[in-house]
Amino acid sequence: MFRLMLKVAGGAAAVMLVAGIVQAQQAPNSSAAISEIYRPFTAPPGDRTRADIAWPASAAALTAPIPGIGRAATNGEIAGWDIAVRGDGHNLPPGSGTAKEGEELYVTHCAACHGDFGEGLERWPALMGGRGSLRSDQPKRTIGSFWQHAPGVFDYIRRAMPYAAPQSLSNDEYYAITAYVLFLNELIGEDDKMDAASLPKIAMPNRDGFVLEGRPDTEDSACMSNCRQGRPVSVTMDSRRFVEPGSGSGTSQPE
Amino acid sequence: MSLGKDLKSSSRRGLLRAGAASLASAGGVAQAAGNAENQPPNLPEWSRSLGPGVIEETYGTRSRHETAVRRYVPWLTPDRVSSVSFTPLADMHGIITPSGLHFERHHGGVPDIDPSDYRMMIHGMVERPLIFTLEDLKRLPSVSRIHFIECPANGGMEWRGAQMSGVQFTHGMLSCSEWTGVPLKLLLAQTGLRAGASWLLAEASDAAHLARSIPLSKALDDAIIAFGQNGEAVRPQQGYPVRLVLPGYEGNMWIKWLRRIEIGDRPWFTRWETRTYTDLMPDGLARQFTFVNEVNSVITAPCPEKPLRGRPGFVEISGLAWSGAGRVTRVDVSVDGGDNWRTATLQDPVLPKALTRFRIPWEWAEGQTACLQSRAMDETGRVQPTITALRRARGVESIYHKNSIHTWLVDRDGTVVNVQIDA
Repeated sequence: MFRLMLKVAGGAAAVMLVAGIVQAQQAPNSSAAISEIYRPFTAPPGDRTRADIAWPASAAALTAPIPGIGRAATNGEIAGWDIAVRGDGHNLPPGSGTAKEGEELYVTHCAACHGDFGEGLERWPALMGGRGSLRSDQPKRTIGSFWQHAPGVFDYIRRAMPYAAPQSLSNDEYYAITAYVLFLNELIGEDDKMDAASLPKIAMPNRDGFVLEGRPDTEDSACMSNCRQGRPVSVTMDSRRFVEPGSGSGTSQPE
Repeated sequence: MSLGKDLKSSSRRGLLRAGAASLASAGGVAQAAGNAENQPPNLPEWSRSLGPGVIEETYGTRSRHETAVRRYVPWLTPDRVSSVSFTPLADMHGIITPSGLHFERHHGGVPDIDPSDYRMMIHGMVERPLIFTLEDLKRLPSVSRIHFIECPANGGMEWRGAQMSGVQFTHGMLSCSEWTGVPLKLLLAQTGLRAGASWLLAEASDAAHLARSIPLSKALDDAIIAFGQNGEAVRPQQGYPVRLVLPGYEGNMWIKWLRRIEIGDRPWFTRWETRTYTDLMPDGLARQFTFVNEVNSVITAPCPEKPLRGRPGFVEISGLAWSGAGRVTRVDVSVDGGDNWRTATLQDPVLPKALTRFRIPWEWAEGQTACLQSRAMDETGRVQPTITALRRARGVESIYHKNSIHTWLVDRDGTVVNVQIDA
């Protein structure tokens, strides 16, 4: 989402003198309580997050409902708003499309920001490329390199795109555009039909790239005096290399 | 002068109005000399005539002399519709953020919603799918709670080094309000839950239809469906008429303009919990469902926007601490880059998952350099880490949840600079 201006950390710019002895203090904590705070759910077994099976239920003790508040939602009302397509393809709508059918739609509705080939114009997100970059110091998070599930691509395009007119196209058109961006990433052929049955079967390259919360992952220590043991403080990065101290990083002007 | 363009031009306007004001000090400090004719022993002009009466402004605004504003960073996002504005933390007093200065982050612009058209639907693995009006929500028993909200990308521009000009941009995706609304567990009592339910999806009604999966246990714990913010209706930029409040959790999950809650038995894996808001580690794997904003703090006075130039002597160091895991229990402050620390005073109220104001006195002498840092701890025993410790654990490409100890360098002339040091 955010482009980093800085790509290289600079060397020492200033040095100050300090001296002392380390005195560490360990703060108390309970690992059970902490783990509940960080992971307030039970995950299915395995070391990757999964969309294809149910996650264990939570205990839920509810109070009695208060009569007369809220009215029944009809099936038609729910259908009109229930656009969420899950990672495993649950709730994919009827319809279908191919990359061949999607090309012109893509050029019309998407290319102005994402580029003719999904390369991303200006700061708009690239939709292709970046395969194998996730371990590098320039990771590129694209549909081909990072997205976890193909149904999630459909879900996002339909829910939020075209940028200025979300949910304005037909399901067939959304399937076709989804097919086209998968085709741009060389994940399907141009005539492969994408629909509720085929989309969940696309093997996204990074489907196994997501793991559960790994925090807490830093030590809880709070040294109080002589913590640097005589090592002088050195400034590793001074923002004056880029900007004057104050408010200069941003603006309140519209453009 | 290091003040931004807006402040600079407005203080110039002030000087013009003041006419032949005598500028006693040329210290380069924003200490207004003002107009001597309005100062002792003279009677100020506002004391010699009547001012406007009551309800001259039926909805009051701040003094025209106050200039703190939200700002955005043009290079950060592709456009200003899906973007972020930052709270001017250097100008904030206490722990409550004025609603008009609350940071904004949205992905499809701010919708204009007529409250009489507002509907919220709860369905999925429930006994009774229901639709609520705003009036329905207001009829249910409510609570008011003070909680901070922080975008998990707060500080995310500085994983590799210090590059932002001041605290508005290093930490300003952070605000704190009193939120009023219905506990989500009461709404779920209205619909009932079917066996096997474990997650829910909360969905916005803006153009992005932002949607996030939330563990049911959080929904039944302290989640609020809020229609009130700081005593009035939630502001449009914060989700009018109704937003989700998830105390302690990353701001992206506090769905604004909330239209739909679907109950299910697993997460949905939406775009905002796969492509973004996942934390990429050096091994190429991304951590998913990382909800809590960990214990954090920053000194807001002095800071780059509030330098010490021309003001030697007594300085009250003051700042904000917060933790998504509960109460802040202690904040230590160092002026020597973390070699020695003193424990600051926490100002009441110290509330769970709320901003906490800390203060500690200090003396600064002209010509003295210093590296100011604050280090917060919370009731779970978590201690704010150094940037080095955080990079060791997560590398520099995870974007989100950077909560490291922040350093302000006070230079010899009192300029305050955003830096990173070797700790």
